[in-house]
Amino acid sequence: MKKILAVDDSASMRQMVSFTLKKAGFDVTDAKDGVDALNVAKTSEFDLIISDVNMPNMDGITLISELRQLAQYKFTPMLMLTTESGLEKKSAGKAAGATGWIVKPFNPDQLLATINKVLR
Amino acid sequence: MSVDLSQFYEVFFEESFEGLDVMEAELLNLQPGTPDDETINTIFRSAHSIKGGSGTFGFSSVSDFTHVVETLLDQIRDGQRQLTQHQIDLFLQSVDCLRGMLDSLRASEEPDTQVSSELKKQFEAILSGEDAPTEPKGAELAEPSTPKANKKQQGWNISFKPGLDILKTGNEPIYMLLELADLGEVDVQLDVEQVPVLGDIDPEICYFQWQIALKSDCEQAAVDEVFDWVIDESDIVIDAIKAEVEDSEQEYALAEDDNASTQLETAESITDPPTEVVKPTETNKAPTKAEPKNTEASSIRVSIDKVDSLINMVGELVITQAMLTQLTDGELDSSKLARIQEGMAQLAHNTRDLQESVMRIRMLPISFVFSRFPRLVRDTSKKLGKNIELKLLGEQTELDKTVMEKISDPMVHLVRNSMDHGLESPEERVASGKSEVGLLTLNAYHQGGNVVVEIADDGKGLNTEKIRSKAIENGLIKDTDELSEQDINELIFEPGFSTADQVSDLSGRGVGMDVVRRNILALNGSIELESRPGQGSTFTIRLPLTLAILDGQLVRVGEHIYIIPLVNIIESLQVDVSKVNNVGGEYEVLRLRDEYVPIVRLYESFNHTADSNKLEDGLLVVVENDNGKVGILVDELLAQQQVVIKSLEANYMRVEGISGATILGDGTVSLIIDVAGLVKLAGINKALRSISHLNKEEVA
Repeated sequence: MKKILAVDDSASMRQMVSFTLKKAGFDVTDAKDGVDALNVAKTSEFDLIISDVNMPNMDGITLISELRQLAQYKFTPMLMLTTESGLEKKSAGKAAGATGWIVKPFNPDQLLATINKVLR
Repeated sequence: MSVDLSQFYEVFFEESFEGLDVMEAELLNLQPGTPDDETINTIFRSAHSIKGGSGTFGFSSVSDFTHVVETLLDQIRDGQRQLTQHQIDLFLQSVDCLRGMLDSLRASEEPDTQVSSELKKQFEAILSGEDAPTEPKGAELAEPSTPKANKKQQGWNISFKPGLDILKTGNEPIYMLLELADLGEVDVQLDVEQVPVLGDIDPEICYFQWQIALKSDCEQAAVDEVFDWVIDESDIVIDAIKAEVEDSEQEYALAEDDNASTQLETAESITDPPTEVVKPTETNKAPTKAEPKNTEASSIRVSIDKVDSLINMVGELVITQAMLTQLTDGELDSSKLARIQEGMAQLAHNTRDLQESVMRIRMLPISFVFSRFPRLVRDTSKKLGKNIELKLLGEQTELDKTVMEKISDPMVHLVRNSMDHGLESPEERVASGKSEVGLLTLNAYHQGGNVVVEIADDGKGLNTEKIRSKAIENGLIKDTDELSEQDINELIFEPGFSTADQVSDLSGRGVGMDVVRRNILALNGSIELESRPGQGSTFTIRLPLTLAILDGQLVRVGEHIYIIPLVNIIESLQVDVSKVNNVGGEYEVLRLRDEYVPIVRLYESFNHTADSNKLEDGLLVVVENDNGKVGILVDELLAQQQVVIKSLEANYMRVEGISGATILGDGTVSLIIDVAGLVKLAGINKALRSISHLNKEEVA
């Protein structure tokens, strides 16, 4: 079973993403901010990281660049959850090593369709 | 896959309300100019989360509105704009507006968009000038569903030369090819020209390039989307195939339909029409309280240490239970008795601890209520042209969540009252030798089994003369009555006391102090006031820590067992019949020391039989309610114990004179006496009032 780490400071988004992914048969762990995610990620190995961008403590872009430094996440797909207004964040995200992005708002089907792009 | 998004609504609402609270608190700290990064970031983040969530869950009216709020915040954050006082006010109004909209949505109602669209215009006015008017988000998302322009085109020739480092971003070119294959029939040619000799190969680099012929009538946008994430670092050329491809027309049509319908769905969920303006008649409609399920069945956030302590307790309980099981296993003999008793004592201990721990879960810091006051004070003082400083003390004092919810409105009323009537205008204050800034203090602390909340101001105190003349005017007292200042001041809590020239926009909202007191009494609490002329006034509210458990006195009347809240009981005594008078043939009063106490025969009030209907055979439990003392005649006093209150209203119906029920150790149901209700039921309210005068004369 593929393991996904879902990171978002919003509990409702976290629940929605986790629930959708679990229902689709993934093994999902969630984290509430970058620091939390980094700690979790270090103790395990995930096949995909999905992270919100705007978060307290450590934002999603810093998280992605931190994760890319770790040997086990060198090639792991990492997606940013971003809004239309955060489009300029995409290039910053790419520079930090993000694989791609999912634009909020999205529905569960769109989420799964996007994940299909990186986990097959 | 279908996921029912409504299951996440409650969490969304809760976090959004929390976010709004945070926004409000931070906004209140803001000063015009260039705000500090962390503050504006925090505000931005809250708005951003609400926008993201509301968009995701289909609350487009909220996300549309939050979008403009967020845009302005973003510009301030980036230093593109100076923050003005007007903007701070606007943001605060937005917080209120969003609260209202979310409240409606939570109650499954269509939110009122009139306020939001007006605020939105103001935001857009600020934003325009250098920004194009913000487009509704739906438009962007609906765009891809524009009618297919190149219906004639039969496919795409794609040249895909990924950037060498593509693998290091977690992107997998093979998946992109598979994705293209999902769009139609693909013919893939691998180009290995770039692959170096073996010794020079870096396994982390992607040397491959592809030529793909895709047979599909999909839009170019669909192909673009496949490469969306890598387009910057890759060399991608997409050309339409003009050649005729006749086959499988039907299949494509099907695929197309699918596509169209999902896009339609998306567009719809985002652009849901919030635009209609609500009719003016509806705008003033108070937010209807929907079924409690929606609005009150909220969850509670509990700190980990409380849960841990609970788990600990349960652990001990399990151990005790195991010990008792072991002891009672097999033959029971007297040798085990002592240890069983010990075990039972342990069990009682565990149960009590567990009960306390569970109660603690419901306890929240009173800051939940206090936190709404900085805003209230800010807005109100602005409106009144007064300079008021708010001081909050004891914010960490814990209180039962239900009590907290119910105490909030009375407190708002008292705070407004202090600001409106207590604290003076700056000129008045200076003239009386005080500092220009009035001080309003909210203080909470624990005392005994109660929570005490004080609302104190350093204003002019109550105008005793005015209260007295109003009370005479309203017939509450006679002008011959000689009352102490304190007694006169307390008259403001009487129903029917409302001074016409006190009715202002603020505290004169039709809710009088009598309602405040009634609400507090309904919580088994009390309210006192202390006024120091020229120096200020203090309202002191005393509340029980919890509404779920009560210390009760069990009493027996005939075969019924009732519970009288211990907090109400002053004393219990045998009636000396020679001191009982019958007043006007209506009610009996007992002369108790210097006072007259009306007697309520419980069996009469509740219409059943008692052991005896002679006063001298029973016992009189003297209780106090807000109007004075009452003696309740019972047959026998039983034990005192803590009882868990069960709602009679929820399980049966409201009964006058009864506040709830509980289940006793033997499984029978016992009713809990509501003293104020009982007095009303027994029709001795009037008696109490005239007696209170009698008593005063007596004392004088």
